[in-house]
Amino acid sequence: MYVAVKGGERAIENAHRLLAHKRRGDQDVAEISLDQITEQLGLAVDRVMSEGSLYDRELAALAIKQARGDLIEAIFLVRAFRATLPRFGASEPVDTGAMRVQRRVSATFKDIPGGQILGPTFDYTHRLLDPSLAEGFVPEAPAMAEASTAPTPRVTDILGRDGLIESSPEAEDGASVGDLTREPLNFPADRDLRLQNLARGDEGFLLAMGYSTQRGYGRNHPFVGEIRFGEVEVEFVAEDVGFAVPLGAIALTECQMVNQFKGSATEAPCFTRGYGLAFGQSERKTMSMALVDRALRARELGEEALAPAQDEEFVMSHSDNVQATGFVEHLKLPHYVDFQSELGLLRKLRQEFADANAPDAMKEAAE
Amino acid sequence: MTQHNTQQAQRKAAMAVLAHAEAGEIAARLRNLSLPDHQDLRAPENGLVMLRGRVGGDGAPFNLGEATVSRAAVRLASGEVGFGYTLGRDGEKARLIALCDALAQSRDFGEEVEREIIAPLRAQLMVTRKQAAEATAATKVDFYTMVRGEG
Repeated sequence: MYVAVKGGERAIENAHRLLAHKRRGDQDVAEISLDQITEQLGLAVDRVMSEGSLYDRELAALAIKQARGDLIEAIFLVRAFRATLPRFGASEPVDTGAMRVQRRVSATFKDIPGGQILGPTFDYTHRLLDPSLAEGFVPEAPAMAEASTAPTPRVTDILGRDGLIESSPEAEDGASVGDLTREPLNFPADRDLRLQNLARGDEGFLLAMGYSTQRGYGRNHPFVGEIRFGEVEVEFVAEDVGFAVPLGAIALTECQMVNQFKGSATEAPCFTRGYGLAFGQSERKTMSMALVDRALRARELGEEALAPAQDEEFVMSHSDNVQATGFVEHLKLPHYVDFQSELGLLRKLRQEFADANAPDAMKEAAE
Repeated sequence: MTQHNTQQAQRKAAMAVLAHAEAGEIAARLRNLSLPDHQDLRAPENGLVMLRGRVGGDGAPFNLGEATVSRAAVRLASGEVGFGYTLGRDGEKARLIALCDALAQSRDFGEEVEREIIAPLRAQLMVTRKQAAEATAATKVDFYTMVRGEG
């Protein structure tokens, strides 16, 4: 039987009105501005851009404000927004080697050309809450030093020159770049699709998956070859213009993980690699991404794929927090009719159970 | 290099500067020029560009995620057509870049645009980048080895 349920409209409207009121909070407290969010909660903005898969700081800040700081809700809002705009095309691949680095560290080589540059980092802080930040804190001006004009080549490129590390896979001639926003996901998925999936994947999920490989579920013996954060220029070949047009710069974090080596009768042993790349300053995300990228290469590298992080269908099907939250949270929407039918079935089964277990005396009396 | 290629390189270099400027800064500098008649060939339009990275930084390309982009096209009365593309959703900025690009191609305005608009904005951009590079350089690690014991 189908039962139309109506009558929630007024309640929904009033609930949203109440939400808007709660979002604003105590109106004696100053309203937060989008500039305040982009400037002072910049890493939240970076995460929403990465997982919302849309580089636009102002929109990410608006989403964070609208979502009351719930970042997965904000990511959902950003994903929905991107569906409203036409796509002009795809950029030229960015050159992370030409990045204007603001941070660049290697855990494998102390002396790298361009040096170890710490930049703005939480590393080496004592993780003690700082009461002076509570109000009116004015930071010291940054220390300045003469800037070097020496290039900062990727560490993996340096290792690659000696053949100590596998080279990156070249694009196959005429191969198109997979896009999971345009085509449904099929398995096995190529590395381009896997990296796209991981780049927009949930940081917490990837962190847990990466951590699991370190704890032995798909161990691959990682070292951080390099992490770099900074700005890269973006170019777009606009057909009407006829050349690659500069669009401006975006901030990116890149992680090159150097992993256990492999070799064979025909190939000299060399280190293998995992790769992470994300919008903004997203170190934990790119490190986790690189660990999982490497784990997902198990089959390609002839390793036994037994752990969850090595199972691409498992990882790629569960990494997206918008899909995940949609399916988990839909459980709270009305399921009255479904539940009524389950309830009817359960009552019937319980009656049958009661009849079957009735005292023998009653059965005999009945006969 | 042919004249066409030279002009293309100059236009690209100008766009690389303009994309980093604010719409207000470009507009303020354009006010110093007595602008020729021009019209929108394409009104400003917002859209998306899929940003690509490379596997391992130098390998096959993959789709990283999209960015908002605004674009516009402007035509001068003398016929030159300029294009403006920029990250973000500032249609007015895209239109101003397109106008500068059209002027840069014009015999009458090419040098003036470079001198009055592009060169000062480039100098400003270089100052900003230099300051950022100097603040970054101060966080570079100077390793030294502790000498222990005697000789």
